[in-house]
Amino acid sequence: MSTLDTTLHADEHAHHGPAKGLGRWLFTTNHKDIGSMYLWFSLLMFFIGGCMALMIRAELFQPGLQLVEPGFFNQMTTMHGLIMVFGAVMPAFVGLANWMVPMMIGAPDMALPRMNNWSFWILPFAFAMLISTLFMDGGAPNFGWTFYAPLSTTYAPPSVTYFIFAVHMMGISSIMGAINIIATILNMRAPGMTMMKLPLFCWTWLITAFLLIAVMPVLAGVVTMMLMDIHFGTSFFDAGGGGDPVLFQHVFWFFGHPEVYIMILPAFGIISQIIPTFARKRLFGYASMVYATASIAILSFLVWAHHMFTVGLPLVGELFFMFATMLIAVPTGVKVFNWVATMFRGSMTFETPMLFAIAFVVLFTIGGFSGLMLAIAPVDFQYHDTYFVVAHFHYVLVPGAVFAIMAGVYYWLPKWTGHMLNERMGKLHFWVSFIGVNITFFPMHFIGLAGMPRRIPDYALQFADFNMVASIGAFIFGLSQLIFLWNVIACVRGGQKAEARAWEGAEGLEWEVPSPAPYHTFATPPRLPESLQ
Amino acid sequence: MVRTRIITIGSGLGLTAVSASALAAWEVNLTPGVTDVSRSVFDLHMTIFWICVAIALVVFGVMFWSIFHHRKSRGAQAHHFHENTVVEVIWTIIPIGILVAMAVPATATLVQMYDTSEAELDVQITGYQWKWRYDYLDHDLDFFSNLSTPREQITNEADKQENYLLEVDRHLVLPVDTKIRFLLTSNDVIHSWWVPALAVKKDAIPGFINEAWTVINEPGIYRGQCAELCGKDHGFMPVVIEAVTQDEFQQWLADAREAKAAEAAAAERVWTLDELMQQGEQVYLSACSACHLPNGEGVPGAFPALKGSPIALGDVAAHIDIVLNGKSGTAMQAFRDQLSATELAAVITYERNAWGNSLGEAVSPAQIAQLLEPTTGEAEQ
Repeated sequence: MSTLDTTLHADEHAHHGPAKGLGRWLFTTNHKDIGSMYLWFSLLMFFIGGCMALMIRAELFQPGLQLVEPGFFNQMTTMHGLIMVFGAVMPAFVGLANWMVPMMIGAPDMALPRMNNWSFWILPFAFAMLISTLFMDGGAPNFGWTFYAPLSTTYAPPSVTYFIFAVHMMGISSIMGAINIIATILNMRAPGMTMMKLPLFCWTWLITAFLLIAVMPVLAGVVTMMLMDIHFGTSFFDAGGGGDPVLFQHVFWFFGHPEVYIMILPAFGIISQIIPTFARKRLFGYASMVYATASIAILSFLVWAHHMFTVGLPLVGELFFMFATMLIAVPTGVKVFNWVATMFRGSMTFETPMLFAIAFVVLFTIGGFSGLMLAIAPVDFQYHDTYFVVAHFHYVLVPGAVFAIMAGVYYWLPKWTGHMLNERMGKLHFWVSFIGVNITFFPMHFIGLAGMPRRIPDYALQFADFNMVASIGAFIFGLSQLIFLWNVIACVRGGQKAEARAWEGAEGLEWEVPSPAPYHTFATPPRLPESLQ
Repeated sequence: MVRTRIITIGSGLGLTAVSASALAAWEVNLTPGVTDVSRSVFDLHMTIFWICVAIALVVFGVMFWSIFHHRKSRGAQAHHFHENTVVEVIWTIIPIGILVAMAVPATATLVQMYDTSEAELDVQITGYQWKWRYDYLDHDLDFFSNLSTPREQITNEADKQENYLLEVDRHLVLPVDTKIRFLLTSNDVIHSWWVPALAVKKDAIPGFINEAWTVINEPGIYRGQCAELCGKDHGFMPVVIEAVTQDEFQQWLADAREAKAAEAAAAERVWTLDELMQQGEQVYLSACSACHLPNGEGVPGAFPALKGSPIALGDVAAHIDIVLNGKSGTAMQAFRDQLSATELAAVITYERNAWGNSLGEAVSPAQIAQLLEPTTGEAEQ
């Protein structure tokens, strides 16, 4: 199947290669260019948000106030959360989708290339606006990334308005990205690629895109209500005017919980591509993976109030949300069992992408266990808003989503750059990250259970030891990301030449085109390789 | 200047390191607490924890066994199976069974926690930025509870004491073996009142009254913190409960009411400017300095400066009004219920005569006491 028409591609290059200079990036409609821009943007945000995290951990290294004032500390926790969620994790997944979805389904590009350009180019402006609030009078948003009213309305700094418009812009970008992915996957698959032959990364992204379309308007709605309360005299969330501060939380979490799955479903997809490759064995339970993903997506709309167990919901409400939340463990369990069954009786090797994928399965599952504990409402009264929660969501987001993104980057880098990764440096990055991430976040379970609330700049002395450990881990993890940056740059610049099928066990259309993938792939629809027929 | 600051920080770090290691604790688990409810919560927590550990051992066990045995370097050949309906149904059904087994005791505990009926004592808890107000509803007694850790310990200029950040000027005193109902609300943003030893955590939300209850089994001091981000000093509004026997509680109530009457009487006598300035400084540091800063300079864009401000140097009536009634739509609270007439007079006098504001005039406690009365009447109408 590497009989794909390479002469045709070479020809096309002659008249239709990338434009020269800055214009290439500003005006491009090429899914590969846009994918790269998304990924670089996300990496930049990952480092900015990471520096903020390190500032937080430096302040928490010891009890007492050493480096920053409490007000600035709150700005750091808020901006760290917003930047990591909306600036690092989400754009990274969109970047991977841009690069890989058309190549995996045999499409020449995304369905709506011009909109694709726009959905990327909104982001730098949105984040420039968000980050500029740090330099304003009164400082940046300081009410946490969940921005509960009335702290974020009546009591907010003036910069909240910039925050609201930045969120609007991010929302528009995400919705357009999602529409594009849905249109591409539903309409542009190669002949013969039925839905049940779709690679799992495409499936999980398709479902994620529907989640995005469903909930980003809800987020836009809630920030607009805030805007109205702040500037136009309404009282949606102001009890003094007949409004309801708890309404904010219901609307926010109706967005927020599906958002959590928006950040993890594509990760499931990446892992489901990588494990079969390095186990040299087909993914176990493909159909049940698809159904499990869909079930998780549907359930994600029914569990939002588990973030609100302490707001004083009626007993029936607590019970409903507790049971619904516990139910999510079932499809999530199915996924983990399927990955383990894929490895079982395979023929495994452990290159860098596989190491990250295995770490994902283990550490994400640990995050899943603490999630199950948090689902139990009566016990959640003790866990809620403590470092136990911080430990939980960082386990699912950092060694979860972020490790999956890194696994994906390492897995597809040879396809993007035409060079194999320096394995020694890749493994070094993996081990330092793996150790760092666990030193950082595992002790947070302990300090949370011992009673330390989250989002505090200073703490009682009994929490001192584990905080110091966590801070040391954070610096190890943070600095190890410089190795990641080095690896990516080194791989772009050179290295051992990659084959079309860069990994021995890799299956799928993306491995049928040469490495690096030519600027235009699949100008004519491909025939499906045998593994997909 | 910069140098001394660096030295202060340096020595502060040294002190912190010493005190932190002296009081170090490697606590890794939830407290079982001192109520029946907190014990069932703890048991539930441990049960679910061990179930998770068991599942983890099985799943990760199989995985690492495969990683070890089914590796290419050991000559493993990949098998070709990729689905098995029976297995897939089994590993869907078994987790559902485990979840049901967890849900049953969880539901029972939750139902118990929601039964606030037949309380013997009602305490209203109101969250303020950044302190708690406790109102013993049937006993005509209410007071504020502020962090009492000295500023120097927080800024590392003094050695940190054992209950650093978990100590307050007035404890919430509660009787043991009594069903106490807490009614929670807030004056400004959302707070969350949490005492781990009671397994009570409930949000205090403006415009809402939430309920929680407890029966404390053992006398003692139990400490907690605000759990919901409520602004700048969210980390500095602890909860301290002093659980005492029923007799001691009655005695404490009587004493507290007596002290309150004595304080009201103090407003009647004449205070000198020096006396007011002295008390005013203390009141300022506990009630005002979190926002306006100890030097009165405020935080530009967030909290206005008092030093040289038009209000602190202008018409005294306007100054008294903003302190008593606050400014709606801002973080400036109404202090009329938070401070006594004497304290209000002292702090206003202080603000008009400190940091180079030097009007030289005193606001008398009697003047404030007069202002406090008629408006209370209006509010009742």
